Parts: sequence; C-alpha cells; structure tokens
Amino acid sequence: MEYNVLIGGEAGQGMKTLTSVFSQMIHKRGFYLFTLADYMSRVRGGHNFFQLRFSDDKLYSHCEKLDVIIALNQETCDLHLGRLKEDGVVLADTNVKSNDSRLVTIKAKELATEVGNVRTMSTVLLGALLKLFGLDEEYLEEIFSHKFNEKITNQNLESYQRGQSLVEQKFKTSKGNKAERLLINGNQAIALGALAANMKFYSAYPMTPATSIMSYLVTKAEEAKIIVEQAEDEIAAINMAIGAASVGVRAMTGTSGGGFSLMVEGLGLAGIAEIPLVIALVQRPGPATGLPTRTEQADLKFAINASQGEFGRIVISLNSPEDAFYQTTRAFNLAEKYQLPVILLSDQYLADATQTVNLFDLDKVAIERSIEDEPSSDYKRYALSETGISPRALPGYHSGVVINHDSDEHDEEGNITESAQVRNDMVNKRAMKFSLAKNDIQEPKVLGIENPQILLLGWGSTYSQLKDAVELLNENERRYGALVFGDIWPLPTKKFLDSYKTSEKIINVEQNSTAQLASLIKETTGKDIDLNILRYDGRPLSADEIIEKVLEVE
Amino acid sequence: MSTKYATYETAWCPGCGNFAILDALKDTLNKLNLSPHQVLVVGGIGQAAKLPQYINTNGFEGLHGRALPVAIAAKIANHNLKVIVNTGDGDSYGEGGNHFIHNIRRNVDITHFVHDNQIYGLTKGQSSPTSGLGHVTDFTPNGVFNKPLNPLTMALSLGAGFVARAFSGEKDHLVEIMQEAINYKGYAIVDILQPCVSFNKVNTFAWYKDRVYKLKDHDYKDKVKAFEVANIWDEEIPIGIIYKEEMPSYTDNFGFLKEKPLIEQDTSKETVKKLIEDFI
Ligand SMILES: Cc1ncc(C[n+]2csc(CCOP(=O)(O)OP(=O)(O)O)c2C)c(N)n1
Ligand code: SF4
Ligand SMILES: [Mg+2]
Repeated sequence: MEYNVLIGGEAGQGMKTLTSVFSQMIHKRGFYLFTLADYMSRVRGGHNFFQLRFSDDKLYSHCEKLDVIIALNQETCDLHLGRLKEDGVVLADTNVKSNDSRLVTIKAKELATEVGNVRTMSTVLLGALLKLFGLDEEYLEEIFSHKFNEKITNQNLESYQRGQSLVEQKFKTSKGNKAERLLINGNQAIALGALAANMKFYSAYPMTPATSIMSYLVTKAEEAKIIVEQAEDEIAAINMAIGAASVGVRAMTGTSGGGFSLMVEGLGLAGIAEIPLVIALVQRPGPATGLPTRTEQADLKFAINASQGEFGRIVISLNSPEDAFYQTTRAFNLAEKYQLPVILLSDQYLADATQTVNLFDLDKVAIERSIEDEPSSDYKRYALSETGISPRALPGYHSGVVINHDSDEHDEEGNITESAQVRNDMVNKRAMKFSLAKNDIQEPKVLGIENPQILLLGWGSTYSQLKDAVELLNENERRYGALVFGDIWPLPTKKFLDSYKTSEKIINVEQNSTAQLASLIKETTGKDIDLNILRYDGRPLSADEIIEKVLEVE
Repeated sequence: MSTKYATYETAWCPGCGNFAILDALKDTLNKLNLSPHQVLVVGGIGQAAKLPQYINTNGFEGLHGRALPVAIAAKIANHNLKVIVNTGDGDSYGEGGNHFIHNIRRNVDITHFVHDNQIYGLTKGQSSPTSGLGHVTDFTPNGVFNKPLNPLTMALSLGAGFVARAFSGEKDHLVEIMQEAINYKGYAIVDILQPCVSFNKVNTFAWYKDRVYKLKDHDYKDKVKAFEVANIWDEEIPIGIIYKEEMPSYTDNFGFLKEKPLIEQDTSKETVKKLIEDFI
C-alpha cells in the first residue's frame, strides 16, 4: 500500500495546519510518511504545496505521481492535474473549476462558515480526504486540542465530521503497524544530534534553509541548558562559536551558502588555531541569493576549498534524518579529536522534508571529548607530537598553565613567529593530524548490488531518491547498485575503486550543473565518469526521474 | 611594573604608547590579584592586538576586527574567566564596527580596551575611523575627508553601561580606570589614546599631553552630562570615567548560569531522550 497526496494553495490559507494534522494522523496510525515541502520565498500568497507520500513500509523519498490533490486554489488544480493518476481525485472547494472528471468539489467554505469558523474550511477538506482513504477521526481531537483552545478544537471536530460525510471511500488502506517512530526533518535531526553530543553553544544568523536548526534549539535552550545566540552577522556567528569552543564547550554554527561565504575567514581561523568547530551548511541554489527556498548540492567544492591557505577540514554530507542525527554527534567527536572544523553538508530537500524514521538510539551515541585534564607545568598548546595532535587543555582550570590560541603562524606556545623552521613544523603538524583523520573516514553507503554492472553515484540527500530508484530498477533486472557518499572530504576511495573495476557503466547523480562529485573523484583518483544525471532547477530529483534517465543513458 | 605576567620581547617601535598600556594592564591584573590562568586576553589583528602575545595570561589572537565575538562567547562559555579585549581602533571601530554596535547591546561582562592611535599602525599608516578631518597620510594625500567616528558618544547612545577614556601617557590614572572597567559587571569600553610614533605625526604624545585633563567632579551617572563630556575634543580632551550605570549583564538572563558556568553544565541524557520522544 502506498499513496501520494498533494496539498497546495497560497501561503496563509491553512495549508500548513492541514498538512501537519494530516501527517500526524497518518504517522500515529503507524504508517510511514515522507513529506516534501515546496514553498516560495514569500510570507503570503504565491504557489506552495506539500507532497505527502505514505505507506505501510519505510519510505525514503517523494514521488511524482499523485493519488489525491487537495486544491486550496485554482492554480493548484491547474498546475498539478497532469501528475494525477487515472483513478486519482482532486478534492477542492466549489470555487475550483475543471472539466476533468476527477475533480470532486465540496462546499467546504460554506460548511465551515456554518460551523461558525470559516478558517476551519481546510478541516472540512481534511475530513473528506481521510474518508477517501477510509480513515476516521482517530487521534484528531488529541492533535487539535494540543494546538487550539476548546472552542476552536470543537469547531474543527465539527468541520471534520461534515467533511467525512461528503465523500465515499475510494482507496483501500491497510492497518498501520504502530511503533515508536519519529516524524522529523533533517534540520531537527541535526539539532537533536547536537544536543545528544552535549553541544552547549549555538550561534547563527537566520538564513533559509538553515534557520530551523536555530529555531528548534532556541525553544529548548532552557530545558537543555544551552546558549543559543542570534549573531549580528555570520562573521560574528562563526567567531562566537570559535570563542566558545576555544575555552572548551562544544560549539556549533549553521547557515546556508551566503552566510558560509561570510564565515570563510573564520573557517581558516579554526584551521590554524586548531579549534574544534562544527558547522552545518544547509545548501540552497546560489550564487548570491539564488533561490532561497529551493534545493541544490552545488556547495560541495566550496565547502572543501573555502578559505585561503592550507589546512584540514572534514566534510560530512548528510544522507537522511537518521544519518543527520548520528553524524552530527560524530562530527563533534571528530572535531575534538583532530582539533579542526567539521562541516555538515545538508540541503533544503533534507532540511525540510518531514519523514518517519526509527527512534534515535542514545546508546549508540558516544561523547569523546579528547581533553587533557592534567597538563604539566610546561604545557604547550601547540606542542609538536608524533601524530600532529597536541593535547588540548582548557584555560582557567590549571594554576600555572595558560593557553594561547593564535591566528598568526605560531610556535608551540601559541606565540606569533615568522621562523621558517617553525612554519614548516606547524604546517606539517596540521597536515599530519589531517592524514591521521583519514582513518576515521567512512566509505560510501552501498545500495542495491555491491559491485554491480550499472553503478550509480551520489552524495548527501540524494541517498533517499537513489535508494528508491535502485530498488525499483532491480525489480526488473538485478544489475544495479549505488554508492552514496556521506563522508566526502577527505574523499574515501576504496569502495569506489573496487566497483570501478567491475562495473560496466557508472552514472553520477547530483543536484548541480557541473557534476562536482565526478570532478572530485577525478581529482582524487584520476578516474573519469562520463555519464551524469544532473538537476539544478532548484527542484529535487525524484526516483522516477532517475530511473527514466538511467534507462535512457545506459 | 608587575613581573608576574612575564616580560616578552615585543615587535613594537621604541616610544610607542602600547608599552605603557601593556605595563598598566599587568599592574592592574596584579592589583586585582588575578592569577594568569584566570584571565583571558583577546585581540584582533594589528599592532595593539599583539598585546595578548606579550602577557602571560590565557590569550586568543583572532582575526582582524573579530576580537569581540570571540571574547563574549568565551565569557559566556566560562564566566569564571576574566575576559579582556585589547585591540586597535581600526580593529574595533572599522573592520569590527558591527560587532562593536551589537556587543554593546548584548552587554556581556567583558572589558574592551581600545588602543586608539587614530591610525592603522600595522598596515603602515592609513587613516582609521578616528583619524581627524584633514589628517594627511600617505593614503589620504589631501587629508581625511570622512568625518571621524566618536566611539564614546556612539557607545553612550547604544546604551553602554561603562564608558571611559584614558591616555597611555597617564599610566597611574590608566591603571585606576582599568581596574574600574574590569570590575564593572557588564560590557565596559575604555578608549585609550595611544601615540603611534611611526605613523601618526599629527596626534603625537605632545599633542595628547597638551590636551588631556582628568575629569573632576564629573557625575558619571548623569547621561546628559556624559554626552557633553564625550563630545569634548580638539582643544581639550577629558579623560576618566564618563558614564557608569549598573545593569543586568547577558548571563543574568539565564537562570541556569547562576549556579555554575556553561562549561560545567551538561545536557542530561534524560533531557535529550525526552526531546527526541517529543517527535514520536
Ligand atoms: C581581513 C583583514 N583585512 C585587512 C587586514 C590588514 N590589517 C591588519 S591590521 C589592520 C589595521 C590595524 O589598525 P588598528 O586596528 O588601528 O591597529 P594598530 O595597528 O593601529 O594598533 C589591517 C588593515 C587583515 N589582517 N585582515
Ligand atoms: S607602528 Fe605605531 S602603533 Fe605600531 S608599534 Fe610602532 S608606534 Fe606603536
Ligand atoms: Mg590603530
């Protein structure tokens, strides 16, 4: 069983509430859900929609073909009708018109007005929508009473019942399989990961699509005993996080490409001063302001190369909400172990897609602080060592020991120097610990067949579409597999090189126009990848689209 | 001069006002009975900003213009540290101008000593935001056209609770003011007039010496008076505490920071578990 519902309209029409209530009712019944948000960069009006796919089996991505469209305005009906299946339904108020026989209109507005609250119009539609799937009002009251006072809750319940009575069941649903699962998006997962890692300080400047990390954290700040500070700009944001980290708390900042551009000098500071720092870079299409609310994966090379000078940084691209949670906790450990910046690379698709995932398991989270608790009296912050890692003691805790951090090239004590010898020693030391960090880098995830005939490549959030695509492709002929990179800098190459030898064709799949992963692979391994599936219009690739294009090029 | 905070070889020019400021800071820390490990001195980049290198305390020398964000966050993270910023006028008011504005609003309990030589020293003599009108430098051959910024009235109008001016040539007075500033609970700014013998041929030691006078009978609680005094410049330059007002500082906004500093507080596993379960 699997269905796909689109709810569309103008911002401010109650679409968000409708979507959120519907999602929760589906989720609580034990179905798996994947919700794609497609919204414009404006507060009111415009065309916005949510696409909700649900199933009794785990889902990884969205899907283009629709079973039901809830059209809160005419535009929604006109724009998406082409994607509606033969036996699909458009459900709308009577003001929406079409010759298409699949349109079912109900007097939603009129009924809502009768109930005494015209704003419950979308709840009338919700009632009808659930009825189409043969689902009743289970959980409805609980959800509404959580959001609204008694009067408004009752109005909504009434409107819901009216909606239910207007249509007949059209689709069969199975019984959900109830279990403790989370309904969560990528940014919330990053935020929870940070809390699980005992992050104490988050500074950021609002920028879509990264903002919701901060907005979640700030609501939990008291409870979690953390400080969340809205900085005056991204330069301040990263320098604050560095300042906090330099005295020993786990600190983090988050932004999108524009803000990351402003953070670049700070990134280098974390590099040379050896400050453990975690940065969430949630991509949107650029350059400059680009498409603020849409998705892209075009900052890969930027993340890897940002800043003047040479130093190590680790870049981890996030594959899914679960991955985002666990990788965020891991990022803090790596940042402290190697005393360098770790960039978590996400994007709008992962950031905003709300989906059902398995409960996060705190027993799988380790907090490894890598802090020197008993520095000797001749302690040196940048002491040269065999590994390149200098034991990191914290200021303020050891009488007779002072800690100096320096953005200038510095000697072992952290004092400015222009000595050629010391410069070489320090550059080599930083390079050495970075090569050591390579031992902790994780190989890409394997989807489908290992070392397959046709190998797909991807990174970050396209994991979800590739997962679905490979599964479907293999249903016809079992010869497809994918490698999806999570850790991407330093680039792990072992699995890739193994598959490279055996596969007949390699197709690289990315949400950008220049095939940055392919170029990184070429740079790192010398291997060419000729076939690319690229999308850069700001909209996410879908599994169907990937399948279609794979069949075209292979 | 106190030797507890050690003496290092500096890269400053002989006769530079920075020496007196460094000595004054060491004396101040000594008088306040602070051990080196309890103090964190933060600088940006510039001649003044090299000060953290020359004092035996914890130090952070960051980026040009970015001393304040580092300093305030370090203080928020461990408020048991005494956090002091020593940096230049270009660093504080030019490159770091936005942080200057917003950290006055933020009011974290740190002390900001601006070594105001009215010039960019390290980069060899360009005008700074406090260079006077008409100041001829190699880079402003026809004199500075841009009006100078007045850091003191700016701080006052943004609501700063401790605003002072001092002169590196009046060391004992400087030490007194430094003590007051460090003891003040909140963001304290002291604009310290500092001759740059190499690049500022206008605002020399003698130029300052002829003009500065110590404030007497000044009611530093009176904001209107404070504005008046902060505006006196050119013929005469008052030094001393210009304005002081007790007010809650940033960390007072967070109940949980009253018990112990942020660094000593963990987010419990139970809390995280509950927050995760909110998504069920
Ligand atoms: C981002 C950046 N821009 C420019 C510089 C070059 N720079 C270093 S210090 C400085 C000005 C220093 O003036 P000030 O802060 O007044 O310090 P002073 O040397 O006078 O003590 C400049 C422009 C830099 N280091 N970093
Ligand atoms: S250049 Fe000016 S500020 Fe710098 S050390 Fe020399 S005299 Fe002092
Ligand atoms: Mg200067």
